[in-house]
Amino acid sequence: MAEPLKQQIAEAFVEPACETNRAKSEAARKKGCAKPLMPGAAAGGCAFDGAMIALQPIVDVAHLVHAPLACAGNGWDNRGSASSGSQLYRKGFTTDLTELDIVMGEGEKKLYRAIREVIEAEHPAAVFVYATCVPALIGDDIAAVCKVAAMRFGTPVIPINAPGYVGSKNLGNKLGAAALIEHVVGTMEPEAPGPTDINIIGDFNLSGELWQVTPLLDRLGVRVLGSVSGDARYRQIAMMHRARVTMVVCSHAFLPMARKLEERWGIPYFEGSFYGISDTSAALRRLCALLVERGAPEDLLARCEALIAEEEAKARAALAPYRARVEGKRVLLYTGGHKTWSVVSALQELGMEVVGTSTRKATEEDKGRVVEIMGDERHMFDNMAPREMYTLLREARADVLMSGGRSQFVALKARVPWVDVNQEKHEPYAGYVGMVDLVRAIDRSVNNPMWAALRAPAPWEAGAVVAAVAPLVLAAVPSSKTDFEDC
Amino acid sequence: MAKLIHPRRALSTNPLKTSAPLGAAMAYLGIEGAIPLFHGAQGCTAFAMVHLVRHFREAIPLQTTAMNEISAILGGGEQIEEAIETLRKRAKPKFIGIASTALVETRGEDVAGELREMLLRRSDFAGTAVVYAATPDFTGGLEDGWARAVEAIIAALVPEGGPVLPGQVNLLAGSHLTPADVEEVAGMVRAFGLAPIVLPDISASLDGHLSEDWAGHSLGGTGLADIARMGRSVATLAIGEAMRPAAEMLAAKGVPAEVFGSVTGLAEVDRFVAALMRLSGREAPAVLRRDRARLADTMLDTHFQTGGLRVALGAEPDLAVSLGGALVGMGAEIVAVVTTSGLSPAAERIPAAEVILGDLGDLERGAEAARAQILLTHSHGRMMAEKLHLPHVRCGFPVFDRIGAQDVCRAGYRGTRAFLYEVANAMLGQLHRPRPEDFGASRPPMEFDHAPPPPASH
Repeated sequence: MAEPLKQQIAEAFVEPACETNRAKSEAARKKGCAKPLMPGAAAGGCAFDGAMIALQPIVDVAHLVHAPLACAGNGWDNRGSASSGSQLYRKGFTTDLTELDIVMGEGEKKLYRAIREVIEAEHPAAVFVYATCVPALIGDDIAAVCKVAAMRFGTPVIPINAPGYVGSKNLGNKLGAAALIEHVVGTMEPEAPGPTDINIIGDFNLSGELWQVTPLLDRLGVRVLGSVSGDARYRQIAMMHRARVTMVVCSHAFLPMARKLEERWGIPYFEGSFYGISDTSAALRRLCALLVERGAPEDLLARCEALIAEEEAKARAALAPYRARVEGKRVLLYTGGHKTWSVVSALQELGMEVVGTSTRKATEEDKGRVVEIMGDERHMFDNMAPREMYTLLREARADVLMSGGRSQFVALKARVPWVDVNQEKHEPYAGYVGMVDLVRAIDRSVNNPMWAALRAPAPWEAGAVVAAVAPLVLAAVPSSKTDFEDC
Repeated sequence: MAKLIHPRRALSTNPLKTSAPLGAAMAYLGIEGAIPLFHGAQGCTAFAMVHLVRHFREAIPLQTTAMNEISAILGGGEQIEEAIETLRKRAKPKFIGIASTALVETRGEDVAGELREMLLRRSDFAGTAVVYAATPDFTGGLEDGWARAVEAIIAALVPEGGPVLPGQVNLLAGSHLTPADVEEVAGMVRAFGLAPIVLPDISASLDGHLSEDWAGHSLGGTGLADIARMGRSVATLAIGEAMRPAAEMLAAKGVPAEVFGSVTGLAEVDRFVAALMRLSGREAPAVLRRDRARLADTMLDTHFQTGGLRVALGAEPDLAVSLGGALVGMGAEIVAVVTTSGLSPAAERIPAAEVILGDLGDLERGAEAARAQILLTHSHGRMMAEKLHLPHVRCGFPVFDRIGAQDVCRAGYRGTRAFLYEVANAMLGQLHRPRPEDFGASRPPMEFDHAPPPPASH
């Protein structure tokens, strides 16, 4: 592994801003936070995947994957980040390295030509070149190719050095964000930086989630200057250093980026979430408080409170009709991190019972919040094997599973409703309106009459009760409407 | 029970309904060696034939008694006799099914009486079975005409029962079933070792097959000898509420009958299969169990699209009950529904609060007001689908702007599966990528946008 990359990875592991990290002993911290993967029992994405996820939502960039076909070919056009502008980010660009390219050492030349072709064809704001396992192994100097190409073609060409084998998806998130800090942030200046310009990091505008929140920000006069990377333009990344406050949305992986923005450019950051009513309100409060500290007009605080009061009331009113439909339903939450608790209180408020919540990827603070909201630790669990989850659901110990796509079929095959609350989901659930959408989705799912039909025994199963159609009583047969006797 | 709404208006805009004689003609075409004969002016036949040809993409044998201004006044008995003679000479049909039209019914012609008299007199017609159904265009629609034709066939061609033939069952196929549906349902019956006599069997005549022969009558369909044995079946299975009167006629001949309002949807097919198990005394075959398990999985995969789906449905009663019921069972809501005829009790069983007995104009207004997300109706719904930007699943008759209507199967476990995929995919095909406007969000300032260089001048 190249020295700079090694160093970057080591740095990622000693992240001082990370609470999980701070809570560790010196020795444990040195080991790093990436758990060693167990061959035969690993299912997550690689570092390249993580870097791609972090950066691909930047809409006007050509994302070029320097790799044999699998890296881009098996993974393109599979995420729901929405764009209000360019659709370039959705195109799959790859160098499609062949055996001959690799054997003959043609990788660098092919990459250079590919960069030229993509610039000529698409006129992107920038080209992001993703390193992957094979070119890293054969020693392609991607950084050098990018540098030469950028000079020749007059378009920024940014190397993203996160080959798959270096680690997990989470590490890839960090390496992707680090590349932005190293190569992009601070390279352009906004026309009119304002006292309420902010950065949002860690939101990918999946299914338009960011847009469930930006109308609130608009009403407060807060402008999203920089975004990593939901609905972001390249210029917004380049101008991030002029924002007044950074909000990190539910992601430890992006803390290092926020911390570097603070170190280099003095931008304070906070962690917040737009999932759930109380979380959304808390995030808005914190955001406005920090902005005022940094020179925004004082009245922002009062306006923020008024907005919160109005929106919370609206959301509660919109949720009320669903109460009768979801009350008493038992929910099993299998997400992780802050979602462990952030939607729990909202569900409880509607009379739903959360029978369990997974504390994967959750910090001690997250776990504390679970106890605070749910009374005790009995409902917390860490991981659950699919088999166990299937059994639990098949025994009807929960009415609905809320989780990510991987456990979808565990629930469905157990004949239990499932609501997607992770990143691949097709419906946005952010902010106040998103909470209403989420409850609507739960209602639609748990109250679908299909489940009863599905759980009913087949005609050939013992004890099958199939309502027989009442046999005809001859005496009741009315005479024919038309007289045919004389045909 | 849905409330039936009769719109108080004189104008019908974009009719949903197809005429009753056309339905009778379709049923007659399910008989082997048949020629349907409309007793009316030749235009009645021409319009119907064009309709049938566009739907099935087949040459359709359909003839007319060609009423003229004299016979319209003096009576058309002779016209019928002449038509039968000509048809026998030209096409040698085994079966001629006569459907009356509004013209002769308005005249008040005693067709049945004249026909009886004529058949007694013309013993040379004996080789051709002639059946007459009263199907004035002003009463009911396609479904009703079809039912009247089936009833006429039973009345004329099924003698009183005799010794029961073990394993033989009557399968009365409603007009809402496509040829592929009929084949699927008959196949299920056969899978239990039962021998169905399908009446009418359009799966053998209108299934769109290339035959080795050309004839001026239907090629395939229910055989007359089979029809003659229907009084000796173990049971009658009637598909569709419209087939109930026909089933009752067979019941009067001693064959117990069960009517199945729908064979689309898991529970509905289960009920049909349970009946087959009872009748045959056999267990369900492995292939059917597998089909059921597949349908169950399809329901899981498609319920994300069907759950909460707001459906606009325009169909005749039995079709509306079948397709509407299957969708409601999958969590959809029928927010606007128009059907053709209140004659059938099925109209009230359409799973919606209100059912309009009206036209596509009513459906368009209803769909727009209720913000429907998908349209299910025949091809004439395409104008409203375009206007309201709705995906349009074609069902019923006529389907003239898609090929293969006869091959679409929505019955049984397999057909239900295909139907659910069809609806779910129609919705997935409509998915638009989210835009800021959808959320009332503004777009980022223009200054962030990358302006590509102007195209190089040559």
